[in-house]
Amino acid sequence: MDAQELLIWVRGTGLQIAAAVFVLGMSYRMLHLLLIGRKKSLAEARGSEWAGGLRTMWQRNFVLPRLSPRGRFTFVAGYVFHLGFFVTLFFLSQHIALFRAVFGFGWPALPRGAIDISAVLALAAMVALLAHRLVDPVKRLLSDYQDYLTWALSFLPLLTGFMLLREIAFEYVTLLTLHIASVELLLIAAPFTNLAHMFSTFISRWYNGAVMGFKGIQT
Amino acid sequence: MKEHETLEQRLGEQGVSRRAFLKFCAALATMMALPPSSAGAIAAALSQAKRPSVIWLSFQECTGCTESLTRSHSPTLESLIFDMISLDYHHTLQAASGHAAEQARDEAMKAFYGKYLLLVDGSIPLKDGGVYSTIAGRTNLDMLEEAAKGAAAIVAVGSCAAFGGLPNAQPNPTGAVAVSDIVRDKPIVNISGCPPIPSVITGVLAHYLTFGELPALDELGRPKAFYGETIHDRCYRRPFYDQGKFAKTFDDEGARNGWCLYELGCKGPTTHNACATTKWNGGAGFPIEAGHGCIGCSEPKFWDAGSFYTPLSAPAADVAAVAQVSMIAGAGAAVAMGALDRAKKQKLQQSREKLTVADLKGD
Amino acid sequence: MSLQDIHIRVADAHTVGSLDAILNEIASRLHDFVDTGATSLIDLKSLPFSAEEYEGLRATLGRGEVTARLDSIGDSEIYETRFPGVWWVTHYNVEGDIVADLIEIASVPAIVHSQPEDIYVGLARLRQTLTSVRGEPVEP
Repeated sequence: MDAQELLIWVRGTGLQIAAAVFVLGMSYRMLHLLLIGRKKSLAEARGSEWAGGLRTMWQRNFVLPRLSPRGRFTFVAGYVFHLGFFVTLFFLSQHIALFRAVFGFGWPALPRGAIDISAVLALAAMVALLAHRLVDPVKRLLSDYQDYLTWALSFLPLLTGFMLLREIAFEYVTLLTLHIASVELLLIAAPFTNLAHMFSTFISRWYNGAVMGFKGIQT
Repeated sequence: MKEHETLEQRLGEQGVSRRAFLKFCAALATMMALPPSSAGAIAAALSQAKRPSVIWLSFQECTGCTESLTRSHSPTLESLIFDMISLDYHHTLQAASGHAAEQARDEAMKAFYGKYLLLVDGSIPLKDGGVYSTIAGRTNLDMLEEAAKGAAAIVAVGSCAAFGGLPNAQPNPTGAVAVSDIVRDKPIVNISGCPPIPSVITGVLAHYLTFGELPALDELGRPKAFYGETIHDRCYRRPFYDQGKFAKTFDDEGARNGWCLYELGCKGPTTHNACATTKWNGGAGFPIEAGHGCIGCSEPKFWDAGSFYTPLSAPAADVAAVAQVSMIAGAGAAVAMGALDRAKKQKLQQSREKLTVADLKGD
Repeated sequence: MSLQDIHIRVADAHTVGSLDAILNEIASRLHDFVDTGATSLIDLKSLPFSAEEYEGLRATLGRGEVTARLDSIGDSEIYETRFPGVWWVTHYNVEGDIVADLIEIASVPAIVHSQPEDIYVGLARLRQTLTSVRGEPVEP
């Protein structure tokens, strides 16, 4: 199999496999999670679950002042990474062309300069987060192999994408193949790892808030 | 058959001056994509070069490659090179036909055994004993194997001979393969393209004439001098790619401004060829200059790489349909599992024994 | 509808950036020539120029004092640019297509020099001419 055939495979069959695993796994996991449901409360509560849940979903974005220095670093670097990742994923012209091809609609792209900044910020934040995870004794103790695996799976698409736009170290064909393949690995792993938080994070925030806002007896 | 003389003798006979010869060598250096300073070395080598016998076999092909070569726009240069080879068999170009033509091939093969250059255009069908393409009652496979035996080197002209090309595209009804899939014990140079750039064909011939060997090749057997860089690397629209300025349709503002054609499906970034610098039709231009993206015709399997108009960043196959089916399957599985969970819970609830005071007291 | 009715505008040539690159390359080679006397050639056909940039290069280099025309297997146009030591050499075939397009850094382009082989042949021809004029051989 030569470089072209490999590229055709990752753009075709490989992507179909990855999409199938990702969509099937995620839709199963999320729907199953929701279908577990919550027992109907027979007692009347003073607070509202929905108000509490929604409030927490929003307020968890602004916990910075209440955190320890360690927490603050993780929080800030984490936000920089996520924002950089989203801007790069959803506003690079080439990515929008992909969404247009799959979903049938697109949106305006950001200029390349903005994408360069967002990608570099995301990469730098990830490196800083990994370093912190390795250096900080508490975080190191709390980390297991999955944390490192998901770090690598999120880092690789950013790194290969950055290299691809500049043709660093390898040829375009090779870099494009690596970039698409790294995204496919991310998609395949997502439903089975803590990467599933990309869908569940707001559900769990709501749940936390709902529990706190209930203010009553659970029957 | 005339004994093959050296080029210097031939040019001398024609009254060509040394200066004219040096000019010719400068043009050759340009054509072969060698540094212009190598013109002197080319002159020295060509003075001693012998006129080789060339046998050209056309198999499962459209004659586009021969058309490309004979319609080339620098006739003196290419005809000079053609003067330098002895084209002993080419069933489209030769005057002889029928048995006489086949006889010419047999004679050339015998007379120059081990020394002739074999040019092939078109793929070779293998299915059903190779019956899908025959010449004078013989299969292409049979003819190629016979001619390859005595060849000094083989030049696969065009993407069909080099990689299988159009006949090899899915579902490949004739079982078409490339020359290199059949011949494994001879040096093969692949001049891919649909068709290849004419001066690239003559450039490779000139290189063989000048240095008596094939030029340096890449991992797909293509001469590095012409296929060493991608269309994208050498594209005059490249700065627009780097700036993220893309034409979205063939008639929008971006297209009128001459922006990058990536999102209109240009395969320039993954295609190795010399179009962007050598250009076509006597240097008039190349597809991207005409406002159409590169279709990647000099790369293997370019017919099977999805639509010519799908951007490289988009899927080459239908991913949306797969995702829809997966979504339904995932949701179905979740609902089924949810129902199972509920049934289990109910069953447990029913079988639960109530705790009584007696139980707490124990016995 | 005429061609002018189709609104096609070509984006600014300077955005492509090859012109700066080639001018820098020429400057660097000219510097080497001044320092070491090393002549050199740049194959313009191997470089990605937009049509505007190619014209831009012509305009920037301009024309200097010397122009030569070579007439062998087609024309060749050779002229010094307005930067002494920088020559533009264009070889055409008999049909008028460009077969080689070069920038040569030298005091005189190599192709202009008379070639020893041609001089030798020319000398023989000159002697032959003299023989036929005088009717007797000339001592070498």
